[in-house]
Amino acid sequence: MRRFLLIAVPYLWLVALFLIPFLIVLKISLSDIALARPPYMPQLDLSAGWEGIRSFFAALDFENFRFLTTDDLYWKAYLSSLQIALISTLLTLLVGYPIAYAMARSAPEWRPTLLMLVILPFWTSFLIRVYAWMGILANEGLLNQFLLWLGVINEPLTILNTNTAVYIGIVYTYLPFMILPIYSALERMDDSLLEAAEDLGCSRMSAFWLVTIPLSKNGIIAGCFLVFIPVIGEFVIPSLLGGSGTLMIGKVLWEEFFSNRDWPVASAVAVILLLILVIPIILFQRNEQKQREAEG
Amino acid sequence: MKTHLLTMTAGAALLASIAHADEVRVYNWSDYIDEELLTKFEEETGIDLIYDVFDSNELLETKMLAGGSGYDVVVPTGTFLQRQIQAGAFQKLDESKLPNLDNMWEAIEERTEQYDPGNEYSINYMWGTTGIGVNVNKVKEVLGEDAPISSLELVFNPENMEKLSECGVHFLDAPTEMIPAALTYAGMDPDLKDEEALAKAEEVLSAVRPYVQKFHSSEYINALANGDICVAFGWSGDILQARDRAAEADNGVEVAYNAPTEGALMWFDQMAIPVDAPNPDAAHTFLNFIMDAENMAAASNYVYYANGNKASQEFLIDDVINDTAIYPDESTLENLYTVTPFPPREQRNLTRMWTSVKSGT
Repeated sequence: MRRFLLIAVPYLWLVALFLIPFLIVLKISLSDIALARPPYMPQLDLSAGWEGIRSFFAALDFENFRFLTTDDLYWKAYLSSLQIALISTLLTLLVGYPIAYAMARSAPEWRPTLLMLVILPFWTSFLIRVYAWMGILANEGLLNQFLLWLGVINEPLTILNTNTAVYIGIVYTYLPFMILPIYSALERMDDSLLEAAEDLGCSRMSAFWLVTIPLSKNGIIAGCFLVFIPVIGEFVIPSLLGGSGTLMIGKVLWEEFFSNRDWPVASAVAVILLLILVIPIILFQRNEQKQREAEG
Repeated sequence: MKTHLLTMTAGAALLASIAHADEVRVYNWSDYIDEELLTKFEEETGIDLIYDVFDSNELLETKMLAGGSGYDVVVPTGTFLQRQIQAGAFQKLDESKLPNLDNMWEAIEERTEQYDPGNEYSINYMWGTTGIGVNVNKVKEVLGEDAPISSLELVFNPENMEKLSECGVHFLDAPTEMIPAALTYAGMDPDLKDEEALAKAEEVLSAVRPYVQKFHSSEYINALANGDICVAFGWSGDILQARDRAAEADNGVEVAYNAPTEGALMWFDQMAIPVDAPNPDAAHTFLNFIMDAENMAAASNYVYYANGNKASQEFLIDDVINDTAIYPDESTLENLYTVTPFPPREQRNLTRMWTSVKSGT
């Protein structure tokens, strides 16, 4: 009985915070747009009893999903989101790994402080930090003024409102999610393994590739998923830092919902986004499970 | 213990309902009021004012259509108001609670009737035009002394835009504002909504899109004032606010606004009360406060938009009442047009076209 209760808690959580909202979105995605409050039909009319429920379900259809296939905007936006997510995950890994490595190699008494420093940005609102980047990257912004002052460039670089700014924003924002799992994997690593590798004739470089990287593999995988999955649906960073050419599914969703007032199509876009995300999420789960088994 | 807790809950509920009675929640456009008016309202009426802002009609509309926004007063633009009235989002005003309605200006009321027949649901807050803001010196530097700063040629002729892209151009991220302008440039009726007209507007906009740095509906105020950009196609008062901020900062940036000579869109921002407003009484009090001649004048003097309040005109500063960019003279007034809302099907074509203009997809 106690065991059952323990399991019930996370499942209740899942049902209340994921399944029910998802079913609501799914229901709207099968409805039709209407000029009303809320702006879709049919509405479930429980007072009409069984008849009401029947006519409600009869009015639902997959028209909106069919519509998504008629316009190449949608798959282009999904693809472009996947591309941006992939590239920025890679960039975050390239920046995050050396940081995590340096942290794990530092003197033990320093580590809590360094860890604190990685988490520190979370104490300021995410939105304000992204806005700060607008001030840094603008044509008349800090970065350009600094570079002009150094004499590296003669004309200000246009970074804000381009995809470059989006990548900078994403890497900056998601860096801690990459660093933390890699750091925790590296920190647990037994240093004597490196000594053994060197004793057996490995150079320091090949010891890093043959020992350190494989041992931190799980941290890398966890970090990559933690970055990749939320970046696909990212809306705030591309809309603040990105330009008109930045096509991401989060923005398309926003437009369906706000500009077109078409909640049903917006919901259909969201349902498909979720289906796309289910694949990496399942892979992530599997990896976690394997890791646990390996440790257990 | 249990009864104690119950009393406490009841007490809290009572407190909440008392607080509720003295509270009005207003949702208005960003940079759209003299904030001293908000304090004045609280002092005069004893009602707590919670003031939130937005920067797009779409955002407001979604809240209105979802219902339960919790706001007592909102400020949609005419075309959006009309659709939201049809969707049943607003309640009729109780004129007996609005004695200051006498202050309103018939010339404007006649025009807002096309969105709100009989002006039953809304009062005019501000009105203005959509046009061209320029950083005068930079534009002249790029295009020469005779740069067409009051013509749509400036923003829709690719040759001009290519040169201007060096110093930065922002367009409104509002297709309902940009398409009428593009149609006007193409010599067509700005209120056309059929696919052929949209295709023409898309052609005009796509030709200059590569030179537009950003489509955004509020950033251009600061960007123009700081000298980050040299041209913005935006709302009259916003650009005039940029002019003011630049003058205050004394940063050498001189901003000017012009309604395009080919014709400019005239729009009306209307205050209305949502059908599910928690405190409609306080909402009426707020509307009546805003319609007070001196209060309305204070708002216009601050935001540089014309208002629909005839009585307020004697309290307006010269900078506002005598500026034809704000209160157009007869000849400019003839050049102004209004548009009607987009029905759902046309709206989808419009948004799709707008996305393809902005992203090239």
